[in-house]
Amino acid sequence: MHPLKDKACVVGVGETAYTRGTDRSQLNQILHATMAALDDAGLKPHDIDGMVLPMPMPTVEHLAANLGIPDLRYSASSNIGGAAPVAAVQTAAMAVALGIANNVLIPVGWNAYSGAGVRGAGRSGPVGLPPSFGLTMSEYYMPYGLAVPAQWFAWLATRYIQEFQVPIEGPAAVALAARKHAQLNDKAYMRGRPLTMEDYRNARMIAQPFRLFDCCLETDGACAVIISSAERAKDLKQRPVYIAGTAEGHPLPADDIPGRKDFFKIGLFYAAPKAFEMAEVGVRDLDFVQIYDCFTHIVLLELEALGVCKLGEAWQFVQNGRIELGGELPFNTHGGLLSEAHVAGVNHIAEATRQLRGQCGERQVKDAEVGVVTGFGDFGDGSLVVLRR
Amino acid sequence: MEATSQYKRLLPPMRGLARDFYGYCKQHELRFQKCSSCGAWRHVPREMCPDCGSFDYEWAKSAGKGKVFSWSTTSQPMLPQFADAVPYAIVIVELDEGVRMATWVVDVPPDQLRIGLPVEVQFDDVTEEVTLPKFRLRKQA
Repeated sequence: MHPLKDKACVVGVGETAYTRGTDRSQLNQILHATMAALDDAGLKPHDIDGMVLPMPMPTVEHLAANLGIPDLRYSASSNIGGAAPVAAVQTAAMAVALGIANNVLIPVGWNAYSGAGVRGAGRSGPVGLPPSFGLTMSEYYMPYGLAVPAQWFAWLATRYIQEFQVPIEGPAAVALAARKHAQLNDKAYMRGRPLTMEDYRNARMIAQPFRLFDCCLETDGACAVIISSAERAKDLKQRPVYIAGTAEGHPLPADDIPGRKDFFKIGLFYAAPKAFEMAEVGVRDLDFVQIYDCFTHIVLLELEALGVCKLGEAWQFVQNGRIELGGELPFNTHGGLLSEAHVAGVNHIAEATRQLRGQCGERQVKDAEVGVVTGFGDFGDGSLVVLRR
Repeated sequence: MEATSQYKRLLPPMRGLARDFYGYCKQHELRFQKCSSCGAWRHVPREMCPDCGSFDYEWAKSAGKGKVFSWSTTSQPMLPQFADAVPYAIVIVELDEGVRMATWVVDVPPDQLRIGLPVEVQFDDVTEEVTLPKFRLRKQA
């Protein structure tokens, strides 16, 4: 048995309201989400003695100072974009399993709507390039006008839909399922705003082939999760949710998309077999998947990377309600980045945790015992965690 | 080509290996790194050969011929400096030497791009200092 299997648990999850428009700062949002996660776990701020931060700002120092943490024993960062929160779970699990820290906080918050988001880039330019890929972008892509994720993932999607003859119904099924699930989630920004196939088809193009509803939301808010050892988790407020398997993976090369010999091989292809092996579960055992849904076509590719279906076949799999609640493999039961909120997928970890605790009310997956959360970021870095109750 | 003083779009930072790559472009030569040890071509430029680990390379001249591999069509302005160009496609061209690069194909509208279209390099002297390699449709022999 793998030494990390079932040694750590998600013990607390919490978030702010997800809005478009806020008076709160990013730091303030994160602190509110952290307090909600602590309350959920039955912990106090001084119980936090470790942090793994998936975003460069605010820093560990800022957070510890505000929370009044007397002895922060462990800190790390994971700067691989949208793959970072789930990769942070892996790092946090190692830290608590080895006794390096007792309770590790993983928070993400940003005012992606009110701040300088991607929408504003057309007027003001991009808001600063991460070092992970900024060099390649400024030297070889930006002189040709490419600067935002919709543009660089359209490279993948354009070739993908042609090579595998993917009809519009493929990505549409992803967008519609996410929006349908959001109607059952009070926290979802898109609750009360249903989406039809006609709306989807008629929406404006953003970066071809991505239409508006193929793209994740920009929202203001924060979400946080707390990881503790399995031993400690037994004494906390909530039913423990075990980290059964986890891994991260990176495409080759990770810092340049055009140069990849294996063009569709995103990091998740490398990571998924490792995490399933650690967890000793197969893809057929999953009761749900919470997939990093920055773009609908990417969700299709991730399903293939997980082994749900073969490369190029996910568009068929997602038809006929198979990824909707009540279907074979419900996906993003909270609405995801497409319809709940964009907090870089920490909300996916929170949703998976609540599903496994049985706290999801009318969107509860019946008898959910095991599920997967994926992360996907930068130019295709990947991460996943297999969670079980 | 646009007059030097009027060029308002983004320019590559001329530093390190990018300065070498664009330096050859300024001489209207498309050159890529070729490993002196194992012979593998590579782009984007790197300090080491990811195939064999060698630090030794030459800047080998490409014939400048290739095919459209994929593209990304920008339908809404994503950068203010390129707002006037919308819709435009950032095309991945696969050169006959095996490397791929991001570029523009200047004489094919985005909706007429196809995988496998044969293209050849042409050089756009956008400023006195900077020349960008772009591509045009190639008549197949």
